[in-house]
Amino acid sequence: MDMPAEGASGHTEAAGRLPEEQETYEGLSVPAGMVCDVAEREVLIRARGLTKVFGQFRAVDGIDFELTRGEVFGFLGPNGAGKSSTMRMIGCVSPPSGGELRIFGLDPVNDGPSIRARLGAVPQEDTLDVELTVRENLLIYGRYFGLRRDVIKERTARLLDFVQLAERADDQVEPLSGGMKRRLTIARSLISEPEILLLDEPTTGLDPQARHVVWDRLYRLKQQGVTLVLTTHYMDEAEQLCDRLVVMDRGKIAAEGSPRELIAAHSTPEVLELRFRIDEQEQAVEKLADLPDVRIEVLADRILVYTADGDAALADVGRCGLEPLTSLIRRSSLEDVFLRLTGRRLED
Amino acid sequence: MPELTVPTLRELPLRILPPALLRTGRYGLGGRGSAHLVERHARVYRRTWGVLISGFVEPLFYLLSIGIGLGKLVGTVTGPGGHVIGFTSFVAPALLATSAMNGAVLDSTFNVFFRLKYAKLYDSTLATPMRADEIALGEIGWALIRGSLYATAFMAVMLALGLVHSAWALLDVPVAILIGFAFAGAGMAGTTFMRSWQHFEFITLSTLPMFLFSTTFYPLGVYPRPVQMFIEVTPLYQGIVLLRGLTLGIVGPGLLPRVGYLVIMGIAGLIVAGRRIQRLLLA
Repeated sequence: MDMPAEGASGHTEAAGRLPEEQETYEGLSVPAGMVCDVAEREVLIRARGLTKVFGQFRAVDGIDFELTRGEVFGFLGPNGAGKSSTMRMIGCVSPPSGGELRIFGLDPVNDGPSIRARLGAVPQEDTLDVELTVRENLLIYGRYFGLRRDVIKERTARLLDFVQLAERADDQVEPLSGGMKRRLTIARSLISEPEILLLDEPTTGLDPQARHVVWDRLYRLKQQGVTLVLTTHYMDEAEQLCDRLVVMDRGKIAAEGSPRELIAAHSTPEVLELRFRIDEQEQAVEKLADLPDVRIEVLADRILVYTADGDAALADVGRCGLEPLTSLIRRSSLEDVFLRLTGRRLED
Repeated sequence: MPELTVPTLRELPLRILPPALLRTGRYGLGGRGSAHLVERHARVYRRTWGVLISGFVEPLFYLLSIGIGLGKLVGTVTGPGGHVIGFTSFVAPALLATSAMNGAVLDSTFNVFFRLKYAKLYDSTLATPMRADEIALGEIGWALIRGSLYATAFMAVMLALGLVHSAWALLDVPVAILIGFAFAGAGMAGTTFMRSWQHFEFITLSTLPMFLFSTTFYPLGVYPRPVQMFIEVTPLYQGIVLLRGLTLGIVGPGLLPRVGYLVIMGIAGLIVAGRRIQRLLLA
């Protein structure tokens, strides 16, 4: 079978590189509050009709969701879907315009500082203190939380080990690579041993290798039962890390469930990707539309055939007299769910 | 850092208002978190302490060139209460007041603007339990710590040159800090309204004339009455009158309203700065 040059192949390859091993990082102790107690299902965040309006623009348009202790919850959607606005509201750095939001049962508008004391935040753009060293960034950030210096010192050693920056402890922040800065931001967010860790686009802007190091660290936190909320427009990130996610589009929630549930509910088990010569694509679309038990999506560079049985569909394609340049049978992904729900691709 | 729930202002009897003002969640006048920001700045400046020297050297140069140099030509001036005093003794307290103003303004405007718009320092600070008003007080507090170092050093020079004429001068450093508080508050509040570096021209445009015309180098009497009235309501003038009175030992109850003026100016600036940071960054 031929492989398409990019697109789907890139995703499967990336997913395959995620850490498979279940090892936990033993040096990093996890506070009791961060560990999941499945029996309790304690709700940490509850949103009802949550709305954020900027002028005339409804960035978040009446969304409902709940986060329970110990789970990894994701907001998946393209840029401008309202993910970051939602995240800022949860982080108590942006008051909701409407609806109800309760974090630890508290109101973010009136109890912002007390809620923020229990959150860790990794913002979309690094806001590290460039006038301080790596170690001092953790020290001062911990001080903002009112932590004692000896407590911070002890945690700093463990956290810098955890994010593999121990050797850079006394360096300035500016010369660090993008991936290192992001890892330092993650370490900084953990200094207060937060009950919920908020990650807004944790790997956006990183090169593939740096992204995998960050994924690896987040995966370890997940293994330790840390409650994580993350936004992403990378479906492999969402698939690998999230227990449960909502698909967001234009400020609304389009679907909710585990990655597997979402794929089962909104896509077919398999997808046949076909590429034709430009002048043949239109004719191919017409013929493919007549195939039994399939649904097709036409993208700029290829046609996706949604089917329960990819091999059978490919055989049908041959019987129609169509000769695709390349063909690929793959499992459905969240990308397909998103395409189905919104008619658009995630990473446009 | 868990916080106690505080009743709203309306529910409180008046006599316990001041502590309540400091504690209300959204709008306060700073708190424990302010000290953490000061700690952060102290850590940064520990490595770059050299830049602190300029704040001391500048008023010293003025004192040597204008006070002592020009003083040789001028001789004596009629000071507060009609007392005839040496020109250098007349100018020195005014330079102390001016340096308190300049130091506070520099810290609370350029440095705050940089941290607000470029370093995005407060964005990360506000993701923690820190509040906007704690940031405002922290910045102003840091400006005052620097200012008190400058003022103390300058006082030492004045003492060495025999320019201190009264035990009241023990209050010079606290008053210099008060002047710094007033200007740091106003400066920081003003900075939250600035959108580009060009707007900083307005700061020079207001501090330079104050430095030159607020009776720094000659008594108020040289001006026609309308100009005198204008100068009497400007903030640096209050500070110069206070420090000159204390240093020369010419002290009366008339100085108290000037203290009140500077206190109110500083608190007003602190409140505006805190609320503006809240509006700019927590939107």
